[in-house]
Amino acid sequence: MLGTGIIKGMVETARNFVGSYTDKERLTTVEYPEERIPAKENARQFPFLVFDGEDPQAGLRCVACQICEKECPPQCILIVKDTTKKPDYMGKMQFQPKVFDIDISVCMSCQICVEVCPFEAIKMDTEFELSRGDRFGGLLVNKTGLAKSNAHYRRIHPAEAAEVDSRLAAEKAKAEAKAKAAAAAAAPAPATADVSKK
Amino acid sequence: MMDWIREFLGMLWKTVSDQPDPKAAFLPLIPEEWRSETSVLLSIAPLMMIFPALFALTTVVERKGLGRIQNRLGPNRVGPAGFLQFAADGLKTLTKEDIVPRAADQLVHFLAPLALVVPVFLTFSVLPFGRHLVPLDLESGLLFFFAIGAATELSVFMAGWASRNKYSLLGALRAVAQMVSYEIPLILSALTVVMATGTLSLPQIVDAQAAGNGEWLARWHVFTPWGFFGFALFLVAACAEANRAPFDLPEGESEIIAGYYLEYSGFKFALFFLGEYLGLFAACGLGITLFLGGWHAPLPILERWIPSYAWFFAKLAALIGLFIWVRGTLPRVRMDQLMNLAWKFMLPLALVNLLAVALWHFLPNPLARWAASSILLAGAYVGLGRALMPPSRIGKRVYRYAPQDSR
Amino acid sequence: MNGLTIILSLLVIASALGAVALRNLVHCALCLMGVFLGLAAIYLCLDAQFVGLVQILVYVGAVGILLVFAILLTRGGGAELSPFFSPSWAIGAGAAALLALIMVAAILKTDSLPAPDAGGAELPTLAQIGKRLMQEDVIVLEAMGLLLTAAAVGAIVLAMPEPPPKKEEEA
Repeated sequence: MLGTGIIKGMVETARNFVGSYTDKERLTTVEYPEERIPAKENARQFPFLVFDGEDPQAGLRCVACQICEKECPPQCILIVKDTTKKPDYMGKMQFQPKVFDIDISVCMSCQICVEVCPFEAIKMDTEFELSRGDRFGGLLVNKTGLAKSNAHYRRIHPAEAAEVDSRLAAEKAKAEAKAKAAAAAAAPAPATADVSKK
Repeated sequence: MMDWIREFLGMLWKTVSDQPDPKAAFLPLIPEEWRSETSVLLSIAPLMMIFPALFALTTVVERKGLGRIQNRLGPNRVGPAGFLQFAADGLKTLTKEDIVPRAADQLVHFLAPLALVVPVFLTFSVLPFGRHLVPLDLESGLLFFFAIGAATELSVFMAGWASRNKYSLLGALRAVAQMVSYEIPLILSALTVVMATGTLSLPQIVDAQAAGNGEWLARWHVFTPWGFFGFALFLVAACAEANRAPFDLPEGESEIIAGYYLEYSGFKFALFFLGEYLGLFAACGLGITLFLGGWHAPLPILERWIPSYAWFFAKLAALIGLFIWVRGTLPRVRMDQLMNLAWKFMLPLALVNLLAVALWHFLPNPLARWAASSILLAGAYVGLGRALMPPSRIGKRVYRYAPQDSR
Repeated sequence: MNGLTIILSLLVIASALGAVALRNLVHCALCLMGVFLGLAAIYLCLDAQFVGLVQILVYVGAVGILLVFAILLTRGGGAELSPFFSPSWAIGAGAAALLALIMVAAILKTDSLPAPDAGGAELPTLAQIGKRLMQEDVIVLEAMGLLLTAAAVGAIVLAMPEPPPKKEEEA
């Protein structure tokens, strides 16, 4: 019959209309500033630098190798290497960045910096409320702004962080074992030398 | 001075309480030479206040209603439950820059919004809003309504042409073609009422729909077969005349951006918006007057307690709600579908409807009237619908290169 | 002849001049519609409601829109550059003079209309106009309807797409 399709459609929309008052589950939107949807596990916005321990600057995992700077497709990262080496989180002497800036107005959130980093030092953040009064200075984030603790990383990407932590722990254990072996190897050596001297 | 205030308040009270000739006591206080002007002003002022206010309210209600239809909340930030959204929108359009394209025809571009809003306001002047609330009781009120309404097409063309923009011009062409096409079913469906009542005066048409002595149900035209059909045709045609979804091709934001008012910004755009909604209200008001018994209550008993204009505005609100509902439901039609609907379906049906009302008029027996006009109209509807339904083209899929037997 | 009628007449004359003198076709068309509207307003001032409203409905609503459509569908409203004065002026002036002569002669020959009585003679009601049109002059009305229908049918025939030349069937 002609026109029944229209009536069917009208009934459907009427059901939606009434349903949206009676059934809160129907509403597909949330009232954003007051209500929030929990962030998705794999959400990513802009990169941040992970630090271990208490001091955000000394604990940075970044060793200023500048791989990310070179790989970044839109060239939004600026790194200036420090001239002196400092002990890194594994106790090794490493360079640290003196300057580490990311211009998030240029960043395209591609995550390539995260993929190329050999030190698990740069990760993607889920923070998205980044509007600023100043378009240029406000969106240029420096080292202080970028440094976020490993605890923060564990909170926003739990599964990924656990994997990274276990890998780093394994590496650290391996390094320690190696150091111990080296130390063990080094310890008898003087003895033998002594022996040879004798 | 005290007399003035007292009589003015008395006039307001008489209007609100539905008493005859509310201006009678106030006008003698005005000097003789200003009396007619004052009377005109007193009739116009409420129209100029109430309908724009209704427009403001409708924009909010429409957005909230559409939101609910799509399982959203709709605007709810400005004012209580978002009902002051129109104030924010109005202020925004008032303070926006008025941009006129350099290549535009400055004068015509400026005149176009006025040429829309002025006729639309004029159309309200003949509608009977209540028992004693007819701004202009013209003998040929219906003719006035359609004549003035036809002038709005001109403004659409002016806007589209003067903007010097291809999308504007396309929108104007679409709009004018659509308005010209749908004006015919609109007028033909209104003509049925003229045939049945024998008058073009809108207050007299309303009077013809009052319940007779001792009848418990009002004689609204929509309760007759031809009236029901005429009302349906009228609503569809009015929807197309007002360029509302599903007939909003002239705006067609997905293909021609905003149609004929693409190059309008700021308050001129707001005027177009206002004109479009006021045109819809006027068409609804005419539909109420012609088919829904005007300001009459469905049951005459109810008229004793509830003032007549309240019935008019309740029906108006219901019709606006219906239009919002339709807008939230139906997708936009295609241009050829639009023209086919007007010329191949609605026009023949409107002509058959004229025949039905003639039958109704000449058959004396109520049962025979009902049967004859119902059968005629239902037959025309079903037959035309069947004949125009495109043959189903869905069949077995044919491949061009693959062998036919392979799946 | 009151003030309003004089103002409206001046408006009509100005629009009429614009309709013939303006260089842009669309402006001319809009001016022409100004003439139609002004005439309708004059009719309304003279208490001829029916004629005035039909004037708007038919001339502004239908003829004007048709005109505009024709302009849009042909060359668009682009300004046409032709010399303002042309030899065809002489022909036009001659025709206009002839027409003026005929009209002046006609006006001089007719007796002046009787002055309307102040409120004496009743204006014909709409119902009377309708009865006159649909009963006494119905033949004229029907003939006009037939003429218009013929014109519409002719237009449809002209506008119908021509059937494509039949190709020989591929065997």
